[in-house]
Amino acid sequence: MKIQEADAKLLLAAAGLPVPPWAVARTPAEARAAAERYLADGAGRVVIKAQVLVGGRGKAGGVKLAGSPQEAEDVSGRILGLDIKGITVRNVLVGPAAVIVKEFYLGAILDRASRRIVLMASAEGGVEIEEVAKANPAAILRVEAHPLLGLLDYQARELAFGIGLAGPHLRDFVKIAKGLVATMKANDADLVEVNPLAIIRESGPEGHVERLACLDAKITLDDSALPRHPDLEKLRDLDEEDPADAEARHYDISFIHLDGSIGCMVNGAGLAMTTMDLVKRAGGEPANFLDIGGGAKADRVAAAMRLILADPKVEAILVNIFGGITRGDEVARGLIEARSRQEREVPMIVRIVGTNAEEAGRLLQEARFETAASLDEAAEKAVAAARAAGGAA
Amino acid sequence: MSILIGRDTRLVVHGITGREGEFHSRQMLDYGTHIVAGMTPGKGGLHALDNRVPVFDTIEEAVRETGANTSCIFVPAVGAPDSILEAVGSGVSTIFCITEGIPTLDMLPVVEVVRAAGARLIGPNCPGATSPGRAKVGIIPGSIHREGSVGVVSRSGTLTYEAVQAMSDAGIGQSTCVGIGGDPIIGTTFLDVLQLFAADPDTEAIVLIGEIGGSAEEEAAAWAAEHLRGVPMAAFIAGRTAPEGKRMGHAGAIISGGRGTAAEKVAALEAAGIRVASSPTEIPALLREAGYRG
Repeated sequence: MKIQEADAKLLLAAAGLPVPPWAVARTPAEARAAAERYLADGAGRVVIKAQVLVGGRGKAGGVKLAGSPQEAEDVSGRILGLDIKGITVRNVLVGPAAVIVKEFYLGAILDRASRRIVLMASAEGGVEIEEVAKANPAAILRVEAHPLLGLLDYQARELAFGIGLAGPHLRDFVKIAKGLVATMKANDADLVEVNPLAIIRESGPEGHVERLACLDAKITLDDSALPRHPDLEKLRDLDEEDPADAEARHYDISFIHLDGSIGCMVNGAGLAMTTMDLVKRAGGEPANFLDIGGGAKADRVAAAMRLILADPKVEAILVNIFGGITRGDEVARGLIEARSRQEREVPMIVRIVGTNAEEAGRLLQEARFETAASLDEAAEKAVAAARAAGGAA
Repeated sequence: MSILIGRDTRLVVHGITGREGEFHSRQMLDYGTHIVAGMTPGKGGLHALDNRVPVFDTIEEAVRETGANTSCIFVPAVGAPDSILEAVGSGVSTIFCITEGIPTLDMLPVVEVVRAAGARLIGPNCPGATSPGRAKVGIIPGSIHREGSVGVVSRSGTLTYEAVQAMSDAGIGQSTCVGIGGDPIIGTTFLDVLQLFAADPDTEAIVLIGEIGGSAEEEAAAWAAEHLRGVPMAAFIAGRTAPEGKRMGHAGAIISGGRGTAAEKVAALEAAGIRVASSPTEIPALLREAGYRG
């Protein structure tokens, strides 16, 4: 689960990391009030950033500077309501604009190949790390945190020296690096990224001081761990989510909405992906990924059918069940019941094999469902049915 | 012979008295697997599965009393890491963890402890393994198999059943079929299983069934290119139509930052000389084309 920058900053600050102050504003007036505070506190300008979960908000005009409260109000007025990659901006983050001396990248990721938390650092900060990885992979340094002991001080120092961060900032860098790993563990995150981590210049009573600060924050949480973090579950941004996602979660169905016209209902994630791939191979476009999970009973089948039919683009439905734990006859009964209640008539191709498939076949035949023997055949029939129904296959 | 499980397997089932554990233990027993013990804390002294299997409070006791060498874990996600560590600590050498939904970071110290102990963990979030005609551990339906000499390794459950059924229907039997699991952090990788198959005299050909996310298929392909020349192989990769940045059911099936795509994996496998099917039903034909005569 992705969380907004402002929430990610909250988690970093909770771990004791240096995050400059910020406020979240929902209206231009709130943004103006926040800007007034920061400008009165000595900030030369404020930064206003769209809070959306998609990348590239800067290029889309979602990040701007303002030098006065009036300008902050005007700028946030333009950003709020902006459409960034299909997402409407509902909140902006307002904070003092930092005077940046140098930018770095620092990120903690879960590395599957080494089965370790890996900390990555680069002197090329402030740009997308994927771009750096492509253009200049040698500019990214990596250390693997110890699986039992975590990130060790000397490992953090190695990174610091490697990106040219010696001298006065070394000690703070070690704290920040270890803090990233601690944040990852405390919140069961897959990713904790600070880009940029920057040396910023601030003016104090004794003249200018330079210090490290986390100017941006990106955190992705492990969905499997959310049940033990009810506080983090509250950070889910329901505004940016497909309304169908909440219903799918309620019924424990894995559901991802796509753009095509053929709805898919499958048991098992790998088989669900394969079913989509075969729809595409047969010349159609899948409308969704849907895994009803193991041992699905009639109620879950009915819920899955509602999710699929809620998409007006769906012209045909392909049901593909390989019974193991899941009993074919249970699914067949669920389908028959769901069809008797559904409001929209859509052609359906059903293929059920494995546990209790014979009984399923008998039930489906009695209820006059169109069936298919093989997966390939089912995909072809579904694509043909969608074409006949007028769908853009 | 076979890999991971066979006639020597002496299985202890964690959570044998639970709903899932009992149901699948019965199936395993019916398939001919030697289930020597069950474990449910607080139910020691009872007998499960119509009095056929003694239940112990601890794995340590089960191992001591019955000589169990393999374990299969059906306990919920909260307790599963502890079950794995208990099995390792009790000297069990091969551990299958069927449990889905274990928080990923919980697995990092666990796989390290398993590795340091020299034990082998398969999963988590895996369907288990079958050595047809010998033993099955986990939840794979026994009926799809046929005895033979093709090793199958996969990240999926039902997709594996689909591929194995297609093979059996075409008269192609399996030496061992292993589901390694759909999580990002798993105990045994494609590469590990390829190495086991390479050393198994009963395995003459190999089928690899992968999916989007991570780079384990690429790592396996690179090793196969060097060490498995001459072994007939076929592969399938699920998720050609999967969008970027979405977790496709399995916690590990996600394309992130443009990496982990099906196209990359297909290219790596083909570069290693392995034919990649566009449907699981094509696997038998591709094996034949690769020179498999069994």
